[in-house]
Amino acid sequence: MRSKAITRLLFTVGVITWLALVFTDISILFSTTSGIKPEVPVWLPGIILNLFILSLFYYYKLKIERDEVLNFVDLLWRVFATGLISTVISLGLRVIDHLLGSPDIGSRSAFNIVFNDLIYLINLGLMIGFLMMGYSAWKRLILYQKSKWLLRLWAFFEVGLLISLLYNTFRFPQVQWLHVTLLSIFVVVGLVLSGNMKWVAFLNFRQKWTSLLLLLLTIFYLFYSFFTNQSLSDNIVKVSENFTDYHRHIFVLSLMVFVTVYSIFSFLVILFNLPTTSVFEQKLEEVVNFQRISQSIQTEQSEESVYNILLETSVSSVFADAAWLEINSNAHEHKVFTYKITDKESRDIINHLNAHNIKGVFDQGSEKTKNLSKHLATLKGSRFRSILAFPIYVKGDNIGTLALLKELPEGFNKEMTKIVSTFSNQAGISIENFRLMEEALQNERYKEELKIAKMVQKSLLPTLLEQDHDFDVAAFSESADEVGGDYYDTLRINDHLVSIIIADVSGKGTTAAFHMSQMKGIFHSLAQRDIEPDDFMVQANQALVYCLERGSFISATYFIINTQTKKIRYARAGHCPVLYYHADRELTEYFKDKGVALGMVRNKSYSNFIQANEFTYKPGDIMILYTDGVTEAKDAKGEEFGYERLAAMVCDLRDLTPAQAQDHMIHKLYEFSGTENIDDDYTTMIVKFKS
Amino acid sequence: MIHIKRLQEDGADVIALVGEIDASSSIELDLAIAKSVGEGFSKILIDCSALEYISSAGLGVFMSYIEEFKDRNIKMVLFGMSDKVANTFSILGLNELLHIGKDKVQAKQIVNEL
Repeated sequence: MRSKAITRLLFTVGVITWLALVFTDISILFSTTSGIKPEVPVWLPGIILNLFILSLFYYYKLKIERDEVLNFVDLLWRVFATGLISTVISLGLRVIDHLLGSPDIGSRSAFNIVFNDLIYLINLGLMIGFLMMGYSAWKRLILYQKSKWLLRLWAFFEVGLLISLLYNTFRFPQVQWLHVTLLSIFVVVGLVLSGNMKWVAFLNFRQKWTSLLLLLLTIFYLFYSFFTNQSLSDNIVKVSENFTDYHRHIFVLSLMVFVTVYSIFSFLVILFNLPTTSVFEQKLEEVVNFQRISQSIQTEQSEESVYNILLETSVSSVFADAAWLEINSNAHEHKVFTYKITDKESRDIINHLNAHNIKGVFDQGSEKTKNLSKHLATLKGSRFRSILAFPIYVKGDNIGTLALLKELPEGFNKEMTKIVSTFSNQAGISIENFRLMEEALQNERYKEELKIAKMVQKSLLPTLLEQDHDFDVAAFSESADEVGGDYYDTLRINDHLVSIIIADVSGKGTTAAFHMSQMKGIFHSLAQRDIEPDDFMVQANQALVYCLERGSFISATYFIINTQTKKIRYARAGHCPVLYYHADRELTEYFKDKGVALGMVRNKSYSNFIQANEFTYKPGDIMILYTDGVTEAKDAKGEEFGYERLAAMVCDLRDLTPAQAQDHMIHKLYEFSGTENIDDDYTTMIVKFKS
Repeated sequence: MIHIKRLQEDGADVIALVGEIDASSSIELDLAIAKSVGEGFSKILIDCSALEYISSAGLGVFMSYIEEFKDRNIKMVLFGMSDKVANTFSILGLNELLHIGKDKVQAKQIVNEL
């Protein structure tokens, strides 16, 4: 808003100074021609002219240099429009002048002198306006790509010009050599600056044509303006020399040379650049294409779209007539993406090249791009005469081949080979990134799955255990980050029979949780039926054979506690041996008996590998069940907790309730391993018999 | 980490396991046995003398071959286990399903008798 007000102010100042110039200049001219001493000091018009120039200078500086949206053609258009307006006005004046009847040359009539001077001043104002416009516009073009050196030179030029205004303001005694020297310095600097034509390269073909036209007309207007002012001033000079003559004005003269030279240079440079424009545009398109390939990783949903972009961009970059992209998903499967060529045609060419045993990119060992054109000549019936093939690498593996075809012989040059090889490299990187991202996503999904599996596993464990007047039972289970498959449960069969199970599913993750849920189902259905522990295992094994995959098994121990007979019958299927404390003898022992884990023997003979055992319990006895996570827990030195330490700990548990005993055990375990992050699952179940 | 060495002795393939077998390294064990079978060996000896630890996944590998070997008449004998490793096998009951010898001499004897 503020700069808008300033531009308006500057414009007004320009108009006012011009009017002042007209009045003072005419009055001086009139006085001198009439032989009267002028009332206005003769140096005044010079100062006013410079004020006029200054106001225009800052007006255009604000209007053109600060305008961010202007592009090159817009700038040229502005200059052209200014030139057009000034030329039209000038022509209009000429017509009026003509209509009024041209006065005789050398006529000294006062009216004629005043009228001629007025027309001259109008034209001078227009020319200076036009030149200032041109100057500001060319400044932007020259400084489009700045360097330190260029900025300094420009600053020198501009400041020098402004200082020259001072020189002109005070009518120093005219020293010819100084005048010429100053002028030539500005002309030379202007010429050097005119060498900066980098903006031309950024025009496209159409813009170049428009610019040529605009520049041509601008040059025409410039010369017309120079000619008009020249002839008008010549007319006045014949009468009097006491008027504002621009011929001695260094600023105006320098500007005239600079603006004209730059216009002509630009015109010529654009003209000579026209034939190479397509190359520049091509280069630009390559850059854009390159970017597309790199960005495709973020935006595209599949590898396939990366392939398609690669195909499109390579074809358009080298003007290929056809192309195909062969991707080897695995050793036997080849996927072919084609562009303007049928699958059959491409197959024919591949087979032809293979048949002739040509070592090229089509064999996987090749590392370099190959120009296989000479081999194509021997293929009859094909319209293609040039072929260029590129391998595509992802993480050092050749994942496919890009082949480009042309109907012309020798259709590919070195430059094209380089471009497409860059493209295919970039595509390789894009695909690699894409795969990495897929992997990361997969990982994320896996983690999510684990979370769910862990939840499932937790929900499979009972919240309440069967209690009895004859015994107390407590259980604890903790699993590592990865889900394990520890399972325990209790079930009351009738008022004097309670069954207990502890099991450990091999493996981890979702499958472990899945097998655990199967084990739970088996336990709840078989335990109901009050069958012998060994029968239980045989039947459980039979049921599991069909759902456990190769290499998976479940270890388990199953107990039936009979509170009537005070006897426990149990079967151990590969699970950690039961640790038992006899209260009466103060003796701790592991029950060493035989039994193969569930799922290891997948036929009827399993019954030979399992046995039922029986013992009698007495009040105060403690039965400790656990999973291998307990005995295999390691300390900082890598030593295992082991069976001895576990057995030795039982003495501490004698007078504790199962819940307290359990807390003690876990505390000991953490103490031993020195961390609460034990990288396995561990489960304990403690049964204590009451009196 | 597991390091697996294979060498042939008297027409038997001796696979030596050095280190620990956990869930990830059990895949290598599986590959080694599969390779031996693929090469047509009918006598496979597993040297466990340098085996420090074996997880249930590793045991699962041995277990998974039991039936296949029975069907194809391939004899596999393990030997040289430390007490700890032997205990792991016996808790699961694998000692009843696999042939386990004390040392290489005994293992060869078992393989030839089978």
